Amino acid sequence: MTEPYIRTDLADLPDARGYFGEFGGRFVPETIIPALDELEGAYADAIADPAFHAELAHLQRTYTGRPTPVSYARRLSERLGGAQIYLKREDLAHTGAHKINNALGQGLLAKRMGKKRIIAETGAGQHGVGTATAMALLGLECHVYMGTVDIKRQQPNVFRMKLLGAEVIPVTSGSRTLKDAINEAMRDWVTNVETTFYLLGSALGPHPYPMMVRDFQSVIGVEAREQIQELTGQLPEACIACVGGGSNAIGMFHAFRDDDGTELIGVEAGGHGIESREHAARFADLDISRPGILHGTRSYVMQDEDGQIMETHSISAGLDYPSVGPEHAHLRQMERAFYTMATDEEALEAFQVLSVTEGIIPALESSHALAEAIKRAPTMPRDSVLLVNLSGRGDKDLDTVIGVLGS
Amino acid sequence: MIKAREIHGLAALDQMFAAARAQGRAAFLPYFPIGYPTHQASLDAVAAMAEEGADGFEIGIPFSDPIADGPTIQAATQVALENGTTVRKCLDAVGTLRAKGISQPMLMMGYANPLVAYGTDRFVRDARRAGADGLIVPDLPPEEATLFAGSCAREGLALVFFLAPTSNDRRIAMAAEHATGFIYVVSLTGITGARAQLPAYLTDFIARLRSRTDKPLVLGFGISKPEHARQVSDLMDGFIVGSALVRAGGESAAAVRELARSLRGVL
Repeated sequence: MTEPYIRTDLADLPDARGYFGEFGGRFVPETIIPALDELEGAYADAIADPAFHAELAHLQRTYTGRPTPVSYARRLSERLGGAQIYLKREDLAHTGAHKINNALGQGLLAKRMGKKRIIAETGAGQHGVGTATAMALLGLECHVYMGTVDIKRQQPNVFRMKLLGAEVIPVTSGSRTLKDAINEAMRDWVTNVETTFYLLGSALGPHPYPMMVRDFQSVIGVEAREQIQELTGQLPEACIACVGGGSNAIGMFHAFRDDDGTELIGVEAGGHGIESREHAARFADLDISRPGILHGTRSYVMQDEDGQIMETHSISAGLDYPSVGPEHAHLRQMERAFYTMATDEEALEAFQVLSVTEGIIPALESSHALAEAIKRAPTMPRDSVLLVNLSGRGDKDLDTVIGVLGS
Repeated sequence: MIKAREIHGLAALDQMFAAARAQGRAAFLPYFPIGYPTHQASLDAVAAMAEEGADGFEIGIPFSDPIADGPTIQAATQVALENGTTVRKCLDAVGTLRAKGISQPMLMMGYANPLVAYGTDRFVRDARRAGADGLIVPDLPPEEATLFAGSCAREGLALVFFLAPTSNDRRIAMAAEHATGFIYVVSLTGITGARAQLPAYLTDFIARLRSRTDKPLVLGFGISKPEHARQVSDLMDGFIVGSALVRAGGESAAAVRELARSLRGVL
């Protein structure tokens, strides 16, 4: 493939202040604004430098294993009897998820900036593992903040990070999940801003993170768009991706933004169902989710009447977050992307169906996207194409699934 | 009969700084969150500090995700939320304190999201009605000033912005342009929390700021002891003490009073 590995020609948003329409911006303490300015400048410099692209492309090819393939899910498609389902196989990227794309990109940037101490947050542990992996490769010091609730439910990833030489710092404040890990990482950054690079894992946070993470993940869509045309001779009727913070989805969607015939569908975590109020469906439950400010960006935020952030629920730790990347809020408002949700139960069902029909055990996060494809495919003609971003592999979720389904 | 305050808002802050300056000292501005350790105890703490000669107050509005605060204030504001503290109750607390005759300037200090949820214009209007004189939002840099600048100007309330040792000349100019009332100078790169010693670079940093703005400069983050207060009194127009007073507030009302007295006493 000769495509550029960071697609920057589509990047007409955000604007100079970091806004995607009315979402985004920079709502952070003054102390870290100069660091964000420095980061923004260094990033602009890096993406204008062919040597940076070349180095990242080389690592993607020889280390991550890119391009990841697109697989035709023949037996699943036949079973559903409608649209043909294709899977973008980010589960086959090194470390088993798309998170490595961003970790390597930002890691190279940190190295270029001369920062030797890297901090990151993690929920499910996939971004933590991706970051610990990239830092081991690049020889940088790595500290990962992780809520104690997540540490308990993602033990294998905690061990992986330690094995990769990272320090895992337990977070005991607040709900002790992803949002609190981000709080703690931001506090660390505020305190150690001159020596430290904050390697944020999703397309959220203050500008330039939503833009930068999107750019590093846009390789997913750039590859997939070419691959799906090679395989089917057409563009897909729809691209489907799960949305927690939204990095795999925005990475997939971006290359298709100008393809009017391709619907972009984000799938949020419906948890125990909208009525239960135990979910992370920021766009589906507008009684408790509305535009607000969390972790430095203006987007949809699940909050109580008094503006206090609510705790969320999802069977997949990677979708268990009360806000969503600002570009998704914008794409939804512009009606360019459409957002729906899948419950824990639907995701678990999809998890099993894909395992048995295709021999692929998907991450519980990605199972949410599959659940939507399973709902939608039977209603579509047989010559139509659905492209699902299989953002990660499910090995990390076996304990959770055994806990629910029994062994 | 309690005498109504004759001046409020920006004018009250100006008067506060002028009065302290006339006495050759910096103004002492304690921070205390409403609802910690209980609603009543937080009001009592503010009242006690007012009696001990505090020049003004930062009235803390608790938030579930306070990214600029250290462990002491995180824990305290978490307790405040568990006690049912809301934005409305914080505004009412100011009204109650005014009704008791506490006349020192008070600034509402809270993160952006609860204020946005309340409604930014409505919040500023109700803050003014309750008797508050200004607003400090730690996650609102001058870039995003428009969220509150119009309503604060309309109501005559101060809108305070921050500068940190990491701020360059461009950012100093931005804060100087947008801040009203005073500029909140973060004395160390980091989150709130009582430190043993004040950093040595402070004198140079303040001199750099003085050469670029006439706005009053108030120091915060890391001031916990009377010797810190004495050190900064010559340098600054005012200083804020947060974590140390909150920690004392967790012990007893008497401990807050005693610490406030010792901080004020050395000036």
